[in-house]
Amino acid sequence: MLIRHAADLTDNDVTDQGLYLKRRTLMAGLAGAGLFGAASEAQAGLSFTKGFSTQEKATSKEDITTYNNFYEFGVDKGDPAENSGKFKPRPWTVRIDGACEAPRTVGIEDLIGGNKLEERIYRMRCVEGWSMVIPWVGFPLKDLIASVKPTSKAKYVAFETVMRPSEMPGQGWNTLDWPYREGLRIDEAMHPLTLMAVGLYGDVLPNQNGAPLRLVVPWKYGFKGIKSIVRISLMEKQPVTSWNKLAAREYGFFANVNPAVDHPRWSQASERRIGEFRRRETLPFNGYGEWVGDLYRGMDLKRFY
Amino acid sequence: MAGAKKRPSKTRDNLVYALVWAACFAPIVWLAWKGFNGDLGANPIEKLIRQLGVWGLRLLLVGLAITPAARILKMPRLVRFRRTIGLFAFSYILLHLASYIGVDLFFDWGQLWKDILKRPFITLGMLGFVLLIPLAVTSTNGWVIRMGRAVWSRLHRLIYLIVPLGVVHYYLLVKADHRPPLIYGAVFVLLMAWRVWEARRQAASRQP
Repeated sequence: MLIRHAADLTDNDVTDQGLYLKRRTLMAGLAGAGLFGAASEAQAGLSFTKGFSTQEKATSKEDITTYNNFYEFGVDKGDPAENSGKFKPRPWTVRIDGACEAPRTVGIEDLIGGNKLEERIYRMRCVEGWSMVIPWVGFPLKDLIASVKPTSKAKYVAFETVMRPSEMPGQGWNTLDWPYREGLRIDEAMHPLTLMAVGLYGDVLPNQNGAPLRLVVPWKYGFKGIKSIVRISLMEKQPVTSWNKLAAREYGFFANVNPAVDHPRWSQASERRIGEFRRRETLPFNGYGEWVGDLYRGMDLKRFY
Repeated sequence: MAGAKKRPSKTRDNLVYALVWAACFAPIVWLAWKGFNGDLGANPIEKLIRQLGVWGLRLLLVGLAITPAARILKMPRLVRFRRTIGLFAFSYILLHLASYIGVDLFFDWGQLWKDILKRPFITLGMLGFVLLIPLAVTSTNGWVIRMGRAVWSRLHRLIYLIVPLGVVHYYLLVKADHRPPLIYGAVFVLLMAWRVWEARRQAASRQP
């Protein structure tokens, strides 16, 4: 499947016949999952076009919103749905700074209104050995980074989650060194598959899924997908990341999905897709190798896990 | 003190037994009910396996708590529940293992073997289970007589090794929040500390 760069798109692309037909096929496949109801609800929903997506059956919204790893709200998978009610994702601003010419602070509504939103249905593979198929709504991170004009010193991107112990009860325990931090190499951040998600199943992002703004990097383990982001900094050096800091041997900076490199305590060769009974084989780069393999050409993926 | 103790009534005895059985069955009934209603969350298989394991560990600790409780509360007859609770603990752990092999791995014996060799948490868990087997087998009165009380007791001291294996097995699979396994570990340490203290006290009181 072709990945269209936003800059290449013109109005004509919207009505392109081939694309239109392709979309019809996709829509037919997804109709059963009830995706269109969400998209047509103008009030609560977001307006977006269909973007790069897997044809696989999406995981139910119920499962996506009740089975979460979001330690800021507690360590149990059910905790985020239960404990995130007090969290206020609006008003919200994100600071984008570091090695760039035009650092800025931008409000969430401006991000949603100022970017062309797309629905992208991605596989999500958790480092714990389970996976989902999730219909995100968002925009490519590269557009946001381009808007601050990075300098040649921008080799990495660092992300930071909001620190609000009063609304995030999990931050009262030192399970991780809060605030949560993540990072990408600049070429990973600029890859067209790397998404800033603001929505799920056609609606704004629920609190437990990282409202109002989170990162989605579909070829990496889920913990790279930092949630409730307040700061994005362009860096010259590789930034510190939360799980890597806690247990460097277990959680690498790259954290690319790789069935050949086991977690020291369990195998990564297979996964359980939520909603399925039998385990399935895990694919290198979570099945996105065709698009992202080049980023790691010549790298020893056993060493840089 | 007025006269000999009255023998507890048979009815009351049976009632207490029934309550202990009901309490031991409750977790599996609760799990089965939730499973039947599709209420075990998005990943029911993992939830089932974890819950069976945790209940097995809890019952092992309850079993270890009986002797101290009987002494401290001066209720020696509590000791008669040790076997029941121990066998229930074994059953939960057996189901825990069976669901891991049958449901999670779907009888992929090759993978199981690899897991046992490569994953320390599975190695330790398996070791703990294997050590539990002789204790379950020799739990009957017949075996106590056949082996002789002293030998039987010595064999059953294996439980002091099995429980920490279970705690470490749990600790090693946790990603970041180690509080739950540490709490079980602390309970175990406390119950062992009482045993050491009690042994010392008895040794001291035997001195002339």
